[in-house]
Amino acid sequence: MSLAVRERAKERGKRPARPAGTARRTGGGTARLAPYLFILPALALFAAFRLYPIGWSFVLSLYHTEGMTQTWTGLGNYQRLIHDPLFWKALGNTGLILVVQVPVMLCLALGLSVALNSALLRWKPLFRLGFFLPVVTGLVTYGLMMGALLNQDSGAVNWLLSLVGLPEVHWLTDPFWAKVSVMLALTWHYTGYNAVIYLARLQGIPDEHYEAAAVDGAGAWRRFWHITLPGLRPALLLTVVLSTIGTLQLFDEPFIMTGGGPDNATTTIGVYLYQTGFRYFDFGYASAIGYALVLIISVFGLIQVKLAKEED
Amino acid sequence: MARTGPAFRAGKRGQVLLTGLLLVLLAFTVAPLYWLLIAATHNQHDIFGRPPHLLPGGELGANLAHLQTSVDFGQVVLNSVLMATSYTVLGGIVCTLAGYGFAKYRFRGRGFLFSVLLLALVVPTQLTIVPLFKLMVNLGWLNSYQAVLLPNLALPFGIFLMRQSMRALPDELLQAGRIDGCGELRLFFRVALPTMKPALAALAMFLFLFQWNDFLWPLVALRDPSSYTIPVALAALTGSSDVDYGQLLTGTAVAAVPMAVLFLFLQKHFVSGMLAGAVKQ
Repeated sequence: MSLAVRERAKERGKRPARPAGTARRTGGGTARLAPYLFILPALALFAAFRLYPIGWSFVLSLYHTEGMTQTWTGLGNYQRLIHDPLFWKALGNTGLILVVQVPVMLCLALGLSVALNSALLRWKPLFRLGFFLPVVTGLVTYGLMMGALLNQDSGAVNWLLSLVGLPEVHWLTDPFWAKVSVMLALTWHYTGYNAVIYLARLQGIPDEHYEAAAVDGAGAWRRFWHITLPGLRPALLLTVVLSTIGTLQLFDEPFIMTGGGPDNATTTIGVYLYQTGFRYFDFGYASAIGYALVLIISVFGLIQVKLAKEED
Repeated sequence: MARTGPAFRAGKRGQVLLTGLLLVLLAFTVAPLYWLLIAATHNQHDIFGRPPHLLPGGELGANLAHLQTSVDFGQVVLNSVLMATSYTVLGGIVCTLAGYGFAKYRFRGRGFLFSVLLLALVVPTQLTIVPLFKLMVNLGWLNSYQAVLLPNLALPFGIFLMRQSMRALPDELLQAGRIDGCGELRLFFRVALPTMKPALAALAMFLFLFQWNDFLWPLVALRDPSSYTIPVALAALTGSSDVDYGQLLTGTAVAAVPMAVLFLFLQKHFVSGMLAGAVKQ
C-alpha cells in the first residue's frame, strides 16, 4: 500500500509544479490516496448506516404497511398526513416548545454567561461546575428524576408549593402543566450548555472595549447592548440553530416523563413518529412523518441561515 | 486576573448581590441531582415522605437487590460499560482519522464529502430509525453490540471536533516529516497524534457520554432484556404498572453518578471539547 503511494508520489514529483496553495496543503504531492484512506472508514459507515437508511425511508414512505404486507400507495401517506389531526397536534406541541422554551432558555443562558463572566462574581469555578452538571446527565436519568420530583401527590415540588400556601399542581396529568413540565426539564438540562458556548465568546471580547465605553459614559445597559450582544452574535446564531434542530427532533423528554400524554398534550413529532413505527408498526406512515420533519427542519434551517446573512 | 482598581473595589455590594443571586440559581440546578442521590438510599415510602429527606438513608443495598430481581441489573451495567468503552475506542479511531483527513489534506471532493456529513445534522435521527431497524433485522443483528455501535461510529460531531483541533497543527511540521521520508500513516501516528492529546481526551469523554446516555436507538435495537443498556432497562421498568421508585431511582443514580464523577475530573477537557465542536473560530 504505502509502496504504491510512494511510487505515485515519485511520478507526480516529475510533473510541473501545481499552484502554490494546493501544493503546500498536499505536501508537494506526496500522497494522493492518503486523504481518502483516512476518511474511508467514516464514509463507509456513514453511507451504510445513514445515507442508505435515509434513501430507504423515502421508498418506505411511498408504501402502506400493514403487518407484513406492503402495498404501493404513492403519495397516499403524505395525503393522510395532511388530514391527520394528531400530526397537526404534534406539530403544534413541538412549535409551542420552540417559541416558548427556546427563547426563555437562551435568555436565561445569556444572563447566566454574563454573570459568570463578571468581574464581580466570586467562586467562579464552583458555579461553572454546578451549572454544567445537568448537561452530562442522561436524558432518561433526568426525565425519571423530574418525573418523580413533579409527582402530583407526593413529589417534592408540590410539597414546596404547599409550604408557601399554593395549591398542588397536576404537573404530569394536566395537559397544560404537562407541557410546562417538559419545558422545565428541557430548560434545566440545556441552559448550562448554552451558557458555556456564550461564555467562551464573551471571554474573547477585550476588556478595553468595556473600559473605553465606560470612559465615554456608557451605562451597564448600553455596554451590554452595544458591546456584549454584537460580540456574541455568532454564538447566539449557533445556539438558536442548534436549539431549533434539537427541539424539532424532541423525543426523549416527553417519552420518558409523560409518554406523550395526557391526551397527547406532549406528543411531539418525534414521539408520534416513534409510536407510529414501533407501537403500530406502520413503517410507511412513520417514514412519511419523518420526511415531513426533514422538510420542516430544512425550511427553518434555510430561514435562519438567510437571516444571518442579511444581518451581515 | 486580580482586579484591584478603584472601580472594582467599589462594587463590593454588587459582588455580594450577584454571587447571592447565582447561588440561588445554582441551588435550583443542583437540588434535583442531590435529591436523586438521597432518594437512591431510601425505600419507596420514604422517598415521597414529607418533608423530603435531606440525609442519606440505609436502603441502598435493598434497592439494588430489588432492582436485580426486576431486571438483571448487573448484566445491564456491564452491557453499558462494554458498549460505551468499545464505542469510545472504535468511534475515536474513526472520527480522528476522518478529522485528520479533512483538516490536513486538500483533495478532490473534500467540500462535497464534508457537506454530506453536515447533512447528518439536519436529518433527524428518528427518520433513519425505521430502515435501520429493518436493516438490523435482515442482518440478524438485533440485540447485538454491533447493532448499537456501528450506526453512530462516524459521529459528525466527533469528526468536526477532531477536524477543528487538527487545524491548529502546523503544516510545516508534517512537511518536515515528509521531507525526512516519513510515510503518511506514520506521519499521522508519530507527528499528528501526540500533539492531539487534549482533543483526544475531549473526544473520548464526549463519545463515552454519548453512548452511555443514548436512548432512542438502543431502545429500538435491543429487544431482549439481557442485552439492555441502563437507559433502556430503566425505561422498561417505568413501563410496568406498579413502579417501585426505590429501585428505579437507585438505577437512575447508578446511571448518573459515574458520568458526574468523570466530568468532575475531566471537566477542563470536556468543556473545551464541547466548545471546539460547537463554536466556529
